[in-house]
Amino acid sequence: MLGNLTLAAIPYDNPIVMGAVAFTLIGGAVVVGGITWLGKWGYLWSEWLTSVDHKRIGAMYIILALIALLRGFSDAIMMRAQQALAEGAAHGYLPPYHYDQVFTAHGTIMIFFMAMPFLVGLMNIAVPLQIGARDVAFPFLNSVSLWLTAVSFGLVMLSLGVGDFSHAGWTGYPPLSELRFSPGPGVDYWIWAIQLSGLGTLMTGINFVVTIIRMRAPGMTLMRMPVFTWSALCTSALIVLAFPVLTVTLAMLTLDRYLGTHFFTAAGGGDLMMYVNMFWVWGHPEVYILVLPAFGVFSEVVATFSSKRLFGYTAMIYATVSITLLSFIVWMHHFFTMGASATVNSAFSIATMVIGVPTGVKLFTWLFTMYRGRLRFTTPMLWTVGFIVTFTIGGMSGVVLAMPPADFVLHNSEWLIAHFHNMLIPGALFGYFAGYSYWFPKVFGFQLNETWGKRAFWSWLVGFYVAFIPLYVLGLMGMPRRMWHYNNPSWQPWLIVAGFGAVLVLIGILCQLIQLAVSIRDHAKTRDLSGDLWDGRTLEWSIASPPPVYNFARIPVVYDRDAFIDMKQTGTAYVRPDEYFDIHMPRNTGVGFIMGMCTFVFGFAMIWHIWWMAIVGALAIGSCIIARAWDDDVDYYIPAAEVARTEAARFRALASAADAERAVADNFRMRPLPELVD
Amino acid sequence: MNARKLRYAARALSLCGIFVLSGCSYLPVLAPRGPIGVADKATILTSIALMLIVAIPVFVLTAFVVWRYRASRKATYTPDWSHSGRLEIVVWVVPAIIVVALGGLVWSTTHRISPYKAIASTAKPLPIDVVALDWRWLFIYPDQHIASVNKLVIPAGVPVSFRITSNTVMSSFFIPRLGSQIYAMPGMRTKLHLLADAPGTYVGRNYQFSGAGYASMHFQTIATTPADFATWVQHMRDGHQALDPAVWRQLEKPVRGGPVISYSSVQPGLFDRIINKFMTAKAMPAKPHA
Repeated sequence: MLGNLTLAAIPYDNPIVMGAVAFTLIGGAVVVGGITWLGKWGYLWSEWLTSVDHKRIGAMYIILALIALLRGFSDAIMMRAQQALAEGAAHGYLPPYHYDQVFTAHGTIMIFFMAMPFLVGLMNIAVPLQIGARDVAFPFLNSVSLWLTAVSFGLVMLSLGVGDFSHAGWTGYPPLSELRFSPGPGVDYWIWAIQLSGLGTLMTGINFVVTIIRMRAPGMTLMRMPVFTWSALCTSALIVLAFPVLTVTLAMLTLDRYLGTHFFTAAGGGDLMMYVNMFWVWGHPEVYILVLPAFGVFSEVVATFSSKRLFGYTAMIYATVSITLLSFIVWMHHFFTMGASATVNSAFSIATMVIGVPTGVKLFTWLFTMYRGRLRFTTPMLWTVGFIVTFTIGGMSGVVLAMPPADFVLHNSEWLIAHFHNMLIPGALFGYFAGYSYWFPKVFGFQLNETWGKRAFWSWLVGFYVAFIPLYVLGLMGMPRRMWHYNNPSWQPWLIVAGFGAVLVLIGILCQLIQLAVSIRDHAKTRDLSGDLWDGRTLEWSIASPPPVYNFARIPVVYDRDAFIDMKQTGTAYVRPDEYFDIHMPRNTGVGFIMGMCTFVFGFAMIWHIWWMAIVGALAIGSCIIARAWDDDVDYYIPAAEVARTEAARFRALASAADAERAVADNFRMRPLPELVD
Repeated sequence: MNARKLRYAARALSLCGIFVLSGCSYLPVLAPRGPIGVADKATILTSIALMLIVAIPVFVLTAFVVWRYRASRKATYTPDWSHSGRLEIVVWVVPAIIVVALGGLVWSTTHRISPYKAIASTAKPLPIDVVALDWRWLFIYPDQHIASVNKLVIPAGVPVSFRITSNTVMSSFFIPRLGSQIYAMPGMRTKLHLLADAPGTYVGRNYQFSGAGYASMHFQTIATTPADFATWVQHMRDGHQALDPAVWRQLEKPVRGGPVISYSSVQPGLFDRIINKFMTAKAMPAKPHA
């Protein structure tokens, strides 16, 4: 009746796991209780869970990312504590099987449920606004993508208390991830969580390629697109090309585990090297999927806070596109040590180093943008400068790894761990944080607290160095990755220092939580009335904060790369249109959310081999699709009169922002708001 | 300054001295004891040096613009300056030249020290077969017909030609101070050529996560003089434990680390059978072919 699921799947006897479960349940109970106490369930359902508004979906993606960040970071600090303790006779507090699950969960969560939702959230928020669109091309699909990702993270969280999680590393190399060596449900949790969220990501990729190609405002040629939108286009293209490879690879591993095929089993003619190749054919583009949107954020932030046009826009775009293309021909550098010939290794090595050229161009482009600018060191700008310096170090350690003879002694060592954290923390996460503080006032209409933001930045930056520089040293000391225990007293001091670094990062995260709480508390004082808090350069700053549901009352016409700066300079930025028209908008729907829940049931049933439930879940998903296909009531019109009322309020707010004292924005503003032209 | 403080200072200084001068076993990857490791180390240091040509300007330029152009300083401000052909040529061409230089270095070094390439030497290479087990290492000496678990003895100054496979999941065979690792994979045979310049004891490890016993999967590599090696081989042969099918079935069972074991003889062809057993649908029982 319940497949492999029995009460024994719940690890009552493990106090560490039960503590984590209790912590999660208490957190969940506080949220549920809070919503009930405030009586906000109806609001939550009608305005958020069923929303197809790209801004709301973006915000929910980022909330998911922040929750996943907390979980993924808990795993990180557990690993650092274990390694700081477990030398020689001491065995720390985690047995190997548990430690192995912790590092697997850390990698899986940080890549798939922290980084991916964060960047998809930022794309959702910024791209339609930057290209002057009213939503994405497929708003309902967008909702489905969100809920597939969210419920997949739910499966990962569920594995804490029901069964266990994969112990085979986030890359899940067979044959370790095959049934023979991993008979439990852990690897199945890992497979289905990634597989289902991967489908959501693929749909997001399709959605944004179409949105960016088809829905740009008149006059916005490709070479007038904001750089963040360009990076979103490249990332989406990478998603569309790379994620199907992951889907197929996981499907083959699933067949091995569920139906006894021999794609990767080693025995029966299976080829584990094929898995490794296919995984990284997806896995290397994935790195650029994570990094390119952050590069896009940095480009926006640097230009805005230098109050200057981006230097070398064309070079920046060519660099982004060449990184996109090159990312597909370097995958083998993840396994130079698998025995390929020197010629093959050299070819992939050189291709890898070639990516360093456009990346270097980008770094110099940002620096030349700051050159002769008027730099305002707001929180987003601090993240950007911290990124430039830190990422350069990671790039150097990466070129070292890109050379096979060096990789032969550094591969799978702590140097590798230091390197890819040195790329992804500044190169992706700092960019997301910059984007978070940059666009937060746009989405919510009030500013994030700068003092706590700067505290968070400094704790993260210093914490990063203290946590990861020791790992470079440990790599040279011959310490492999993923050790739950070791017999080498000379490693321990460095691991203790790294653990201290993790504590500093924890302080950074706490500062971010405090920042959010303080900002919400003070929101009445820090309202962004102008909609252009930072003296922005692109279209998203031309509308109110938060934007009306339709974004643009009249679709703007674009004459320049810095479209909004151009409008401000030519005096057309705040001109009131003569008339408004009815606006065609997609209607909210609960189908995406319900499909997500059905997918959760399906995934859970597949993990535990509860076949009847899997069939019910699959049929329910199919029914949702059919019901949606037959539903004709998917859109509505906002009457012109209502648009006019909303816009009148917007212009009143603008006037008060311009007349009164420009309270919030004054610290940052270089130019005064132009007079309203009525 | 009292005597105690002086003593502390002297101790701290001597620690630094040890770190800088002897560097040796403290950073094994940068203290190689064989030609392969020397080439690996040289690649690391050369690539870092070449990369500094790009990195140092980035650091200096960042510090400069951040200090010089902060808004409060009211330095020169050119809001519309966004293009310079000369600068763009520099930022594309200089990194490209560095990549060409590194590419040449990669091509020559990778070919010169390919793990599959025999090391040029007057001495005849010693073949050793390596098998990754759950979670220990088996070393078979096919010419000497002996085998050893978790202890690798090699003659210094003689190239060693390893054939490597795994009886279980993927693992990676690595002796940091001799240089270059290579994967051990079930059903596959990889090769590695190493040479120890001088006698000494060097730790070897599995560098590819392989399950619960992975952290215990290390061994001692003892490089001896050729004469001592011959003595050791003779000593091994004088032992009484043979690696026969019954012993092999015990050896296959998962053990975390475990003791050093010596085998005075090995059934011929064991290494090939370990590889070939994965070629049939059912994992072959470890019986010798009659």
